[in-house]
Amino acid sequence: METILFLSPTEAALSKNTLEALAAAKQLADSMGAPFSVGLWGDAPKAAADSIASCGAVKFFAVTGGDFAQARYATDAAAAEALCRAAGATIVIAPSGSRWNRISAGVAHRLGGRADSHVTGLSVSEGSPAIVRWYYRQRMEGILTRAQRPWLISLESGIAPAWPGAAGSAVVEDIACAPAGVRTEVTGIESPAADQQTIRPDADLLFVTGAGWTKKQPDGQTKVAEAEKLILGFLKVSRASLGSTKSLVDLHGEGQATLTFLTHMNQVGQTGSTPRHAKGLSTCCHGEEPHTVGWRFIGERRAISLDPNCGWARGKADVLYVADAFAVMEKVNSLLAQKA
Amino acid sequence: MPEYQIVVCGSVVPDPLQTLEPVTGPTGPALKNEMMLPAWLDPWAGHALYEAANLAAKNPGSKVWLVALGPKAKLQQAMMTLAQKVPVELVALDGSSSGFTDAAETAAALAEAIQAIPGIDRSKLLVFGGWESASRGAGATMQIVGEILGITDQFQGVDGIEAGGSLKILERIEGGRHQVSVCEAPPALLGWATGNLPEPRNNPQVGMANMRTIMPALQKAKPAKVAAEGVKFLSVSLPKQARDTKIVKDLSPDQIATEIADWITNK
Repeated sequence: METILFLSPTEAALSKNTLEALAAAKQLADSMGAPFSVGLWGDAPKAAADSIASCGAVKFFAVTGGDFAQARYATDAAAAEALCRAAGATIVIAPSGSRWNRISAGVAHRLGGRADSHVTGLSVSEGSPAIVRWYYRQRMEGILTRAQRPWLISLESGIAPAWPGAAGSAVVEDIACAPAGVRTEVTGIESPAADQQTIRPDADLLFVTGAGWTKKQPDGQTKVAEAEKLILGFLKVSRASLGSTKSLVDLHGEGQATLTFLTHMNQVGQTGSTPRHAKGLSTCCHGEEPHTVGWRFIGERRAISLDPNCGWARGKADVLYVADAFAVMEKVNSLLAQKA
Repeated sequence: MPEYQIVVCGSVVPDPLQTLEPVTGPTGPALKNEMMLPAWLDPWAGHALYEAANLAAKNPGSKVWLVALGPKAKLQQAMMTLAQKVPVELVALDGSSSGFTDAAETAAALAEAIQAIPGIDRSKLLVFGGWESASRGAGATMQIVGEILGITDQFQGVDGIEAGGSLKILERIEGGRHQVSVCEAPPALLGWATGNLPEPRNNPQVGMANMRTIMPALQKAKPAKVAAEGVKFLSVSLPKQARDTKIVKDLSPDQIATEIADWITNK
């Protein structure tokens, strides 16, 4: 019989993504008739354990201490390894996130197992977990099972409803962990200024900008400054998250006039991110399949382009508006400001 | 000024502008006409290589190796372009670069090749690579390479490094932010995101110098058995998500804006 462990670092309150992964772990355990435990680590994980005390876990394990407050490989990997060993886990379910993604495969190696990341579906096939993940940058989807144990599975957000249960008082078994040779200190976080923060993972809407914003307009002139104003204005009134095509981001490195607030972190698509949002609006984008994978996981999609055959939109969007984005977005900003 | 030995791990991937279609081969899933697809160095490994060359150039006495795994013919194809970019010594491994192989097996082959590089000094060693590949996209290989080499100062999604006596490293975290860490000294492992450097211009002199070592390295490429032991693929398929796109051509900007604003605010 499999032994399932839900594993997560803790910082503040458990995130929505973490509660989704907890629900998926519980569902997997129920489907397989297997016991499941919870493993948490951090500065003070008891509060997090209490917040999910009624989740049905047979045991709660925790690695606690100031050393484990920092998101760094040496201490996080040691804590995760200790928790997996304490639980005797054969299947480990964890929410995807930068902290866990940094260590999952390394921890699996220490345990003699394997890890799979960016999992977007989880089911049971012939008594074993079966996972869905994407290959070649979201170009094709694979469903697979593994013989190796322990099997560490990192779940992307959105594959299960967040666990909705009540808090309580969890009985937590403390696991000793003393990582040796720690030579790295986390010294801070660099964030863009609040008014320049354009990446908002929790936003309902992804706004994708393409290179068309920097091209010559019908009067023969580029209007980059005006484009900046319209885009930032839209982000302000809509609270959307900003994505960009590679071609637009690359203009910056090539020394061409471009949108100053864009970085490679905004890039979506083949060599960028594939964010998850309920809605997506693309503007002035062009390109074919390799680039459009950037909105593979967007729910409702609309596009504005002067090209009715735009590869971003045909077969990919629900609605394509053949129009000048400058004119449309100016009016959209005005309407949204009125609604606000 | 410190000297570094920077080993960059990388593989080759199909040109992303090509149509990719999965087929079932004798050993599991593969790409249709895989050997016919033009190949280049994985984009994130490429960023890692350019950052490595930049760091080496700033620290005289430093050296860069590229440990690359892929079918020999594909590696040669990629190196024809790459050789003119940055000074590098190639260590070639002749094996599968398929995204359907297992990261652990790839990592084992890469780590063995790194350990076999003559004169590697752990006190100067920085292992670079892409934080993910454009094939498997798992973000697993570099972590396992680090574990095999006994490196527990690992960083993923790296966008910047400042190297002096210590290493100041910027890693991507959620919400478009960077975590700043300071590592006392090498050895360290960095899985690069995009970094901040543009692709270097071609330099024929660099190309000529590189080719003196690249061709012999390709000729003596060690076979690497890389598969996916223990993995059973139940299916691999292209997404069938074609949408019935409504084309709106004859509305004014004001009418379109009204539709869009209503759509955005309608939860």
